[in-house]
Amino acid sequence: MVAGSAVLTAVVLTPFALAVLRPGSLQGVSTRTWIVGGGLVLPALVLTPLLGWALVAGERMQPGRGDALRIEATGEQWRWIFRHPDAGVETQDVLHMPAGRPVEIALTSRDVIHSFWVPRLAGKLDAIPGRTTVLRFVADAPGTYEGVCAEFCGLDHAHMRFNVVVHAPQDYAAALAQAAKGLAKDAP
Amino acid sequence: MSADGIAAPMLDPVGTSPQATDPIRLHKALTRVWGAGPGLARLSAVNHSTLGLRFMATAAAFFAVGVALAMLIRAQLATPQSAFLGPETYNQVFTLHGTIMMFLFAIPMLEGLAIYLIPKMLGARDLAFPRLTAFGYWCFLFGGLILIVSLLAGVAPESGWFMYTPLSSRPYAPGMGADVWLLGVTFVEISALTLAVELTVSILKLRAPGMSLDRMPIFAWYVLITAVMMLVGFPPLILGSVLLELERALDLPFFNPTRGGDPLLWQHLFWMFGHPEVYIIFLPAAGALSTLIPAMAGRPLIGYRAIVAALVAMAFLSFGIWVHHMFTVGVPHLALAVFSIGSALVAVPTAIQVFAWLATLAQGRPRLAMPLLYVFGFFAIFVIGGLTGVMLAMAPFNWQAHDTHFVVAHFHYVLVGGFVFPMLAALYYWLPHVTGRVAVHSLGRTAFWTMFTGFNVTFLPMHLTGLLGMPRRVYTYVGHEGWTTLNTISSIGGFVFAIGLALIAVDVALQARFGRRGGVDPWETGARGVGTLDWAMPTPPPIYGFAALPQIGGRADRLDPRAVGRALAAGRGYLGFVRNGWQETLGVAMATGAPEQVVILPRATFLPLWTALTLAVAVLSVLGGAYWLALAAAVGVVGLMLLAAQRAGLEVDHPLLPVGQGLSLPPHTQVDGSPPWWGLVFTLVADGALFASLIFGALYLRLIAPGPAAPELGLPALGWLAAAAALVGPLATRGALAANAAGQWRGPWLGAGLLGALVAAGAFAAMIATAEVDPRAHATAAVQAALVGYGALHAGIGALMLLSAGLRVRGGYVSAARRLDLLLCRLWSDYAAVTGLLALGLALALPLLPQGGA
Repeated sequence: MVAGSAVLTAVVLTPFALAVLRPGSLQGVSTRTWIVGGGLVLPALVLTPLLGWALVAGERMQPGRGDALRIEATGEQWRWIFRHPDAGVETQDVLHMPAGRPVEIALTSRDVIHSFWVPRLAGKLDAIPGRTTVLRFVADAPGTYEGVCAEFCGLDHAHMRFNVVVHAPQDYAAALAQAAKGLAKDAP
Repeated sequence: MSADGIAAPMLDPVGTSPQATDPIRLHKALTRVWGAGPGLARLSAVNHSTLGLRFMATAAAFFAVGVALAMLIRAQLATPQSAFLGPETYNQVFTLHGTIMMFLFAIPMLEGLAIYLIPKMLGARDLAFPRLTAFGYWCFLFGGLILIVSLLAGVAPESGWFMYTPLSSRPYAPGMGADVWLLGVTFVEISALTLAVELTVSILKLRAPGMSLDRMPIFAWYVLITAVMMLVGFPPLILGSVLLELERALDLPFFNPTRGGDPLLWQHLFWMFGHPEVYIIFLPAAGALSTLIPAMAGRPLIGYRAIVAALVAMAFLSFGIWVHHMFTVGVPHLALAVFSIGSALVAVPTAIQVFAWLATLAQGRPRLAMPLLYVFGFFAIFVIGGLTGVMLAMAPFNWQAHDTHFVVAHFHYVLVGGFVFPMLAALYYWLPHVTGRVAVHSLGRTAFWTMFTGFNVTFLPMHLTGLLGMPRRVYTYVGHEGWTTLNTISSIGGFVFAIGLALIAVDVALQARFGRRGGVDPWETGARGVGTLDWAMPTPPPIYGFAALPQIGGRADRLDPRAVGRALAAGRGYLGFVRNGWQETLGVAMATGAPEQVVILPRATFLPLWTALTLAVAVLSVLGGAYWLALAAAVGVVGLMLLAAQRAGLEVDHPLLPVGQGLSLPPHTQVDGSPPWWGLVFTLVADGALFASLIFGALYLRLIAPGPAAPELGLPALGWLAAAAALVGPLATRGALAANAAGQWRGPWLGAGLLGALVAAGAFAAMIATAEVDPRAHATAAVQAALVGYGALHAGIGALMLLSAGLRVRGGYVSAARRLDLLLCRLWSDYAAVTGLLALGLALALPLLPQGGA
């Protein structure tokens, strides 16, 4: 995209520079060439493949529905609550998930609109009060990934961060149980 | 010449007398009639030159405030965990930065440019509704001051410039900040709408004879299309603001998901406005480019017709792609594809313009003057902004980049590239027109390069900051994210950018003060075959613009301003005289430009100032919770508007008035298609857009919003009374028109119409008061109340118009020939009846429709 943008910027700025610095050098180019070539042909050549890519990629970015692991995420000012309905475990600001398996994050909000975003794992999706939106993605490798709230949500928006801990599939259940215990211990 | 029997100082119309009028005498006579007077009387000015400059100067002052706020933002973000601004202050600062730049800088600036230039380019002496220009200015000034004062008082809005609900709803924004935003911005929006009506009518009706639409300078096309877009594009936000203020003040749950409302309705209404808004800002700036690029290139614009077609296409497309601001709310895939394609398609009309400009430069002999430097800045920056825009139109990319600093960088490239640089080119191009002076631009070039470098150093790295995951609107960051260096670079660039802007201000001041006299047409557009009428006058321009109005025989962007200007200054042309102390200009047929009426414009008056001041009192009272005072002030506004209406028009019928060149025309008061008539037509276009937005909102809340089921809602039998009464107006106004034509008594008809309108307004209002279900209980009930309230409001305004018409009938302003008041009443009554019945029908049908669910 960066290279393409550089080329297109040059396509506009080069004629400008020639026209201004070497007047007359582009006299030979007809009006029709300018308007039809630049106004219609060029956008068509650029936009058609780009749109095709976008539509295909857009579909690919929502992996399999069938065996996805469902996790419910609720945003509120200014923290995230993650609930694992299968395991009956709830965590705050730390999301545990297995590597290599599609997850389905069901997002909602208790107050204002928030947005769930882990830049290195997936695109963002809004958590909207009164609605449930679903984000599907797969984390390929275990590790800890930082997440942020991407929709301005008031005073502490900047600090509404969370971590996604991706475990190797065999470690996931134990880690979840551990997290549940830890949370119970921390509770007042 | 005194055929109308009124003795007044008068000069011979030149077209009918062989010897030329003395230009000095003509100048003095015209200046006496058109001038506002010295000292405090300046505040009574309604003239487009004066007000255009006031708009631009005020917008520039607000821009300076916006830049200062940006510096605060950059200072805060320069280092991680900075303690410079806390989140309370930071949130107010970034909210007002966006709000000021959009509503108090960009829109008023483009309006000011259009107000100043349009009559001059089209060969008219002023805009169609000078008092409205002044009212629009004062509304803008007071609305803007309310926002600025709120910042100084620490109670500024803090929910971001697009005010997403529920963050801006009462529970999460309990202070008055959100109310300040909603009321202040609506104030400014009303100003913008009045000017949109005025510019539309002025372009369509007030041109030099012979200037058909396809002979207009291209700038007029740009402004016309922009104005029409404003008429349709601003009402959704006005509706949204009214609904949100109703939710905040009266607890009507339009956006509250716990009671059947939906926060996403706000986003739809906001972006139905917000996306076209980007084009509304860009188009007049592009219009300035399309005007000054030919002047710099020394050859006429290439692709005039292709550009007009591109503009129309752009206007339509821009209304169809608002959802691309909402790609991350969970939009269905098909909709994503449709809106992606639409968003990408906008690149086509943009590309047509860009390449038409390049072609014009390539086939001309460009002159390396200051405006061209800014044209270069525009090309370099806007193209990058357009490319990142195409990227953002692709949903998968958008999911990553949305709401990050990538987007911040993108829209600064688009808005600074597409608006600020062209407007600075326009500033350097038309400054000699305003000041009469041209400059030796030594400082100007330094200023340009400082600013250009500063801008790119600020915003180019910011793309990367966003892609590295930095969200927008965070007041700080930790420091380990890898954002620190990029942010520091952006902050340094920001300060360089600001220094560049300050240098430009200094340069402009120096040129205005010390530049040498430029004379008529300082860019020598006439010699290069690209002259427009705005240069066919002395600089700085006289208050009346043209001493006489020209006949246009060809394209009005290929004139010789010096020759034309000399002839006009000597009074050779139409209306080259003063008659009855009237401010006269010509009205023409919309498409052909054939002269059809003498438009007599109102003179300087303090009424617009008083009306806007009273309105400001009403707004401030609402903010302070003094609802009774607000009501009193609102009544005062209505009274002042009625008073203004009483002073319009002429008291007697006139025979045809000689206008010079052997031609005689009726005064506009005796023509059915006069500017006020078209003014109401286009006002109703905007009103219709508001009503359509309300219908959209009602259906959206019922059919799509999730949430608890609505209670069974019936509507009281009063509905039948309201419906019947709404039909009285159309019948009574027709009766009044027939009686008027036959010379019979019009009073009873107007009285019947007034009674009908009052009953309709009362019945509509009573329906809300006696509703079975409290409108606060559920969004469906609230939206029913809003629909019925719309009916009540329009019936009430209809009653006021009939009252005003009745007073004017008594005052002698209405006759068989002068029937404008009755035509306006009929048009309004018809509109109020149709929309009232539709609103009633929809309110009744709403509970029968299936209720949405997630």
